[in-house]
Amino acid sequence: MGFFIETLIGGLMAGMLYSLVALGFVLIFKSSGVFNFAQGAMVLFAALAMARFSEWANAALGGNSLFLANLIAFVGAGAVMWFVAWAVERFVLRKLVNQEGATLLMVTLGITYVLEGIGQTIFGSEIYNIDVGMPKEPVMMFESLFEGGILINKEDFIAALIAALLVGLLTLFFQKTPVGRALRAVADDHQAALSIGIPLNRIWVIVWLVAGVVALVAGIIWGSKLGVQFSLATVALRALPVVILGGLTSVPGAIVGGLIIGVGEKLSEVYIGPMVGGGIEIWFAYVLALVVLLFRPQGLFGEKIINRV
Amino acid sequence: MKFRALALAAAVSAVGLTSATVSTAAFAQAKEQFFPVLVYRTGAYAANGNPWANGYVDYLKLVNAKGGVNGVKLSFEECEFGYATDRGVECYERLKGKGATVFQPLSTGVTFALTDKAPVDKIPLVTAGYGRSESQDGSVFNWNFPLLGTYWVGADVAIQHIAKQAGGLDKLKGKKIALVYHDSPFGKEPIPLLQERAKMHGFELMLLPVAHPGVEQKATWLQIRQARPDNVLLWGWGVMNSTALKEAQATGFAREKMLGIWWAGAEPDVKDVGAGAKGYAALTLQHSAEPNSKVVKDMLEMVHAKGQGTGPKEEVGSVLYMRGLISSMVAVEGVRKAQERYGKGKVMTGEQTRWGLENLNLDQKTLDGMGFAGVMRPVQTSCLDHMGSSWVRIQTWDGTKWTPGADWYQADEKLLRSMVLNASRKYAEEKKITPRTPEQCKQ
Repeated sequence: MGFFIETLIGGLMAGMLYSLVALGFVLIFKSSGVFNFAQGAMVLFAALAMARFSEWANAALGGNSLFLANLIAFVGAGAVMWFVAWAVERFVLRKLVNQEGATLLMVTLGITYVLEGIGQTIFGSEIYNIDVGMPKEPVMMFESLFEGGILINKEDFIAALIAALLVGLLTLFFQKTPVGRALRAVADDHQAALSIGIPLNRIWVIVWLVAGVVALVAGIIWGSKLGVQFSLATVALRALPVVILGGLTSVPGAIVGGLIIGVGEKLSEVYIGPMVGGGIEIWFAYVLALVVLLFRPQGLFGEKIINRV
Repeated sequence: MKFRALALAAAVSAVGLTSATVSTAAFAQAKEQFFPVLVYRTGAYAANGNPWANGYVDYLKLVNAKGGVNGVKLSFEECEFGYATDRGVECYERLKGKGATVFQPLSTGVTFALTDKAPVDKIPLVTAGYGRSESQDGSVFNWNFPLLGTYWVGADVAIQHIAKQAGGLDKLKGKKIALVYHDSPFGKEPIPLLQERAKMHGFELMLLPVAHPGVEQKATWLQIRQARPDNVLLWGWGVMNSTALKEAQATGFAREKMLGIWWAGAEPDVKDVGAGAKGYAALTLQHSAEPNSKVVKDMLEMVHAKGQGTGPKEEVGSVLYMRGLISSMVAVEGVRKAQERYGKGKVMTGEQTRWGLENLNLDQKTLDGMGFAGVMRPVQTSCLDHMGSSWVRIQTWDGTKWTPGADWYQADEKLLRSMVLNASRKYAEEKKITPRTPEQCKQ
């Protein structure tokens, strides 16, 4: 029983981290109707900027204040993500107002390759470290209740808390602020939003910037866990089944979807994996998402699609 | 309109100029020994692929700086394949027609894919420290050269080392050893030997595959925590290795009980884990990091000091840089040996180089003279042994650097030979290959 609970908790915490990446997908889709395939590349790009700026700032400060170096790096990486948002709007999206969703999806594929290439060219393709003081050693709990206790990874626990906090802030932003409402209007219809005076260009920059900041936070957490290297871009693939399951338009859906996928893949790997040779957790997440699609094509929390004819 | 015409003219001129350059390069290449270099400088495995490629290319430059191979200069061309088998095969197809001397794909998957193509194209495949283990049998695998060691050698030495720590092979009975492996041909390669050893000594082998690229291992390490194996063998590449070490730390598994293959024992694998990986040990393919070796000093003096180094100077002498350098060296020595038979100062074909690789005899004096004293031991190949050497050391990460141990291991020759012959004969039957006889080998 103790081991089951430990696996469950591990899955929940991994799920929160998937949710963080999935949020980037949801934000952009919800606000502009674009399925942003470049979210993984944005995570990599932001993490690379953060890691290298931190390294350079730390060297410039003589290694005396890691906190200050990280703060400078965070601001610098945020500025880089703002530039990315501006460049995407100015050079890509502005030309594609009112185009088909498939066209916009293909464009984000192109942005993926550009960001991956430029990121590695500017910042390098080695493994870089982000040290934000996350604890690495585990902690044992409930040793009197379960034999061997329950092992909790402190780093994952803190990361899950940060993810939860970010989700809360984003929900408030979307529901309670004028900019959030404008974002939702743009998502419904580009032309209608323009006709009532919503500045489409500025809104797009804002939404890509918010997604960029989410990517930066995800990049810092994942980078601290795994090291900053190219594979961070593939973390986005872990978030795809999450958004399929939770629904592309729902922030709570990204969270619940993340938790279900996280728990599902860990339990499947541990309990079903050994029967079929192991290594099943990646495809199991997609199978789970596909099963949901069969019954609810819009995902668990997505808006039902109604087309008038 | 005027601008368009101007742009068109510029484009046409550029194409013309490029063609001229290419023609000149092709002409120049005809007099040079050409080495195609399959690399992955981008993508998930770039951090490990880069130092290997830099070492490989730098060594070719060093040979040129020393006058070439009996006067024959070496040329090379890189092809980026991102550790993807399909793209690796594409690179092979693109470069084979340029007079390729040898191919070294640095990928067991690509090696499997090219093993059937190499005999047709008559180009040797040098796979130093990777590839198909049974290709040691050169009577069947005429064109494969898994020089210096195969994964069966690595797996065998790993078990010997664990047994030595436990107090002998008989002490392995009842123990549990987990193999955490990259779910690819590379990661699966040691399994037959480990299963054989498990049968012989009565230990339990636990197989735990990790999907590419290996960034998600939480479930794997939860299983390890539950099963509590006595040792973990880490058969990873790239980010999988550092992730495994971080997960071991996060689940409280002692790093001293972990032993990695030589592809899980380089600086990129432990650098960002730092003190968290202290006590972790890995096999070496003879060499470790060798910043004080003569060949490294020559490299810094004759290549990097002249601004011709491929990568950063600080990387020269690191583990994977040395792996690339040594891989390059054995290929060059294959050419040198071939020249002894087919004419000094001439450009060798793939077929002639194959003979050279099959008759390599790098004794310690020769190696020391080339600057490899303390880096590696002798290599001698033959028709029946395309590996040439199976020396392995164990190095340990002390939190800041790798320190090689004093003991040298070798794979159990009897066990290895029997497994290699069984597998190679099976392959020969499947592919309808008649193994070469000792008489044919002499030709």
